[in-house]
Amino acid sequence: MSNSIFGKRSYDMIAFVLLAALILVVLPLTLDAFRLNLVGKYLTYSFVALGLVLCWGYTGILSLGQGVFFGLGGYCMAMFLKLEASSVANTKIQSTPGIPDFMDWNQITALPTYWIPFQSLTFTLVAVILVPCFMAFVLSYAMFKRRVGGVYFAIITQALSAVMTILIIGQQGYTGGVNGITDLRTLNGWDIRPDSSKIILYFVCCALLLGCILLGRFVLTSKLGRILVAIRDKEDRVRFSGYDVANFKVFIFCLASIFAAIGGAMFTLQVGFMSPSFVGIVPSIEMVIFCAVGGRHSLVGAVAGALLINYGKTLFSESFPELWLFAMGGLFIAVVLAFPRGLAGLLTDQVMPWVTRLRIRKSGGSPSVSPSPAE
Amino acid sequence: MLFGYSFGDLGSILVMQGFAGLILFSVFVLMALGLAIIFGQMGVINMAHGEFMILGAYMTFLCSNLFQTYLPGLFGLYFFVAMAIAFVVAGALGLATEWLLIRHLYARPLDTLLATWGLSLIMQQAFRSIFGAREVGVELPSWMMGSLTFGSIDVQINGLFVMGLTLIITGVVALLMFRSRWGLQVRAVVTNRTMSGAVGIDTRRIDRLTFGLGCGIAGVAGSAFTMIGSTSPSAGQLYIVDTFLVVVFGGAQSLLGTIASAFTISQSQSTLEFFTSGSNAKVTTLLIVIGLLMLRPQGLFVLKVRK
Repeated sequence: MSNSIFGKRSYDMIAFVLLAALILVVLPLTLDAFRLNLVGKYLTYSFVALGLVLCWGYTGILSLGQGVFFGLGGYCMAMFLKLEASSVANTKIQSTPGIPDFMDWNQITALPTYWIPFQSLTFTLVAVILVPCFMAFVLSYAMFKRRVGGVYFAIITQALSAVMTILIIGQQGYTGGVNGITDLRTLNGWDIRPDSSKIILYFVCCALLLGCILLGRFVLTSKLGRILVAIRDKEDRVRFSGYDVANFKVFIFCLASIFAAIGGAMFTLQVGFMSPSFVGIVPSIEMVIFCAVGGRHSLVGAVAGALLINYGKTLFSESFPELWLFAMGGLFIAVVLAFPRGLAGLLTDQVMPWVTRLRIRKSGGSPSVSPSPAE
Repeated sequence: MLFGYSFGDLGSILVMQGFAGLILFSVFVLMALGLAIIFGQMGVINMAHGEFMILGAYMTFLCSNLFQTYLPGLFGLYFFVAMAIAFVVAGALGLATEWLLIRHLYARPLDTLLATWGLSLIMQQAFRSIFGAREVGVELPSWMMGSLTFGSIDVQINGLFVMGLTLIITGVVALLMFRSRWGLQVRAVVTNRTMSGAVGIDTRRIDRLTFGLGCGIAGVAGSAFTMIGSTSPSAGQLYIVDTFLVVVFGGAQSLLGTIASAFTISQSQSTLEFFTSGSNAKVTTLLIVIGLLMLRPQGLFVLKVRK
């Protein structure tokens, strides 16, 4: 199984170039600013899907709490933007000027201490990466050192995303509650709302995404990547060979959380708000769906999955809102039952061998079918 | 003095919150029993469990409307009919699900989680299309309303009824698991699937029945919920996290553990609820459970299983 991806580096590169051409050239040329912004939003989800390819597809850690990291990244960025938008001049009418509006509504009169560092952009950018990474580290270190894995890890991360949502909604005065942090305006004085800024942000997002794909590919094709696959397929055997399995799992989980956090921060910048509805159980599982449909063993496939499903979601919910959940549920069952390796797997396992066979056209020897992966 | 309450007050508070906790406990046990059977015995994660409960709740809703329209004389008894129907409908759907979906995925437990999530999306939308997006509640028969007074505290009759129901269902499940031939076979399959097959147990049939029974119990649980809360198409998702934590915390293969953990979680949640807000109580409880699971990943009660 491990050979099927590593032996097909050329496919990987072709897919990467095609994706880059699609998001950098084709889409900006054909879509208007509004649609392009929507694509930008979908791309932020694909950061999470990328992380899931690393930790779920390659290491076998299913996390149902990626929304937490997406949300943490997004909230860090939103806190900075919100503080900038709530300058004393902008918030004159409040009873306490200079603090975010939702704090004023909740009778909070001074900025909470942990909000204060977010006045600095440098700190915020560091926090976007480090806060989720720290959280992922604490959680995964505690779990994997105790050899909690598989289903149990999935359920606990799911509980964590429930906790996070309840916490954000409950602490309305400090987090903006169920509405989230809204009405964001400028990034260091640069207005993020007009179309021209959104287009720039879109390209920044694409660049970061392509960077993350390359980084992910670098990790997966290195020796480390092979150990990860080995852990997925036979964890005990890797442990008996003298590797500290937990450290590898912690590393890849933290990396996945960083990817998700970058996605969250880009989401806040492009969409202009952050709310608990992107943190909870449902969005977290949806992100797993993107990854599964695109192909849990393919970085480019996961991005494509996020784009396709969200495109479908927008299309369906604009015209047949009733059908959307049926279609999504059905698609999901079909993917899990029939193509566990997703669209990318369909392409590399079915279409490519068929193309090769067409090219070779030799009568002798039956075409070898690659065995299905052991999950 | 503690938190500004005298000790006498604290005593009453503990009793009152303890009783509220007991109702929550019954609800948790009802929810978790079905899941404990499916997850603990079969290793299948059924994310649609909440939706099977809601299915039971909607069946009860339909039943109460039917009785009100056609058999108003027997309205006091509709609840028992509704529970039977909820069990049969949810159980039948469970059997169908196992046959169509789950049996292809036994080798991939994480994938059952994803596939059943897809199923739960479909069921939710189906509820929304059929019954509407608004919450519905059922009308309780008159004998179930009101409360009994014991000394200084009032006890609601519907709460007592749910508790009694929980007791009976738990008893029946325990009998089935530990005293019937079927239960013996289920336990044999859990302990060693290959050997069970070798001694002539039809493991596939056992799997199907187990899954069906778990879903049926979920239906009954949903039916019981209608007495203490209203039903909406997406309500199932609210319960699923709690339920999974109860099952995992208790030790997945142990029914006793499930009950003990449901008791711990519900009591701590309802006691904390008095001192802080509801959301804080929930967060604290969930965090404590997560913390305890880190210390003791196998859960409270462990059954040794040879893999």
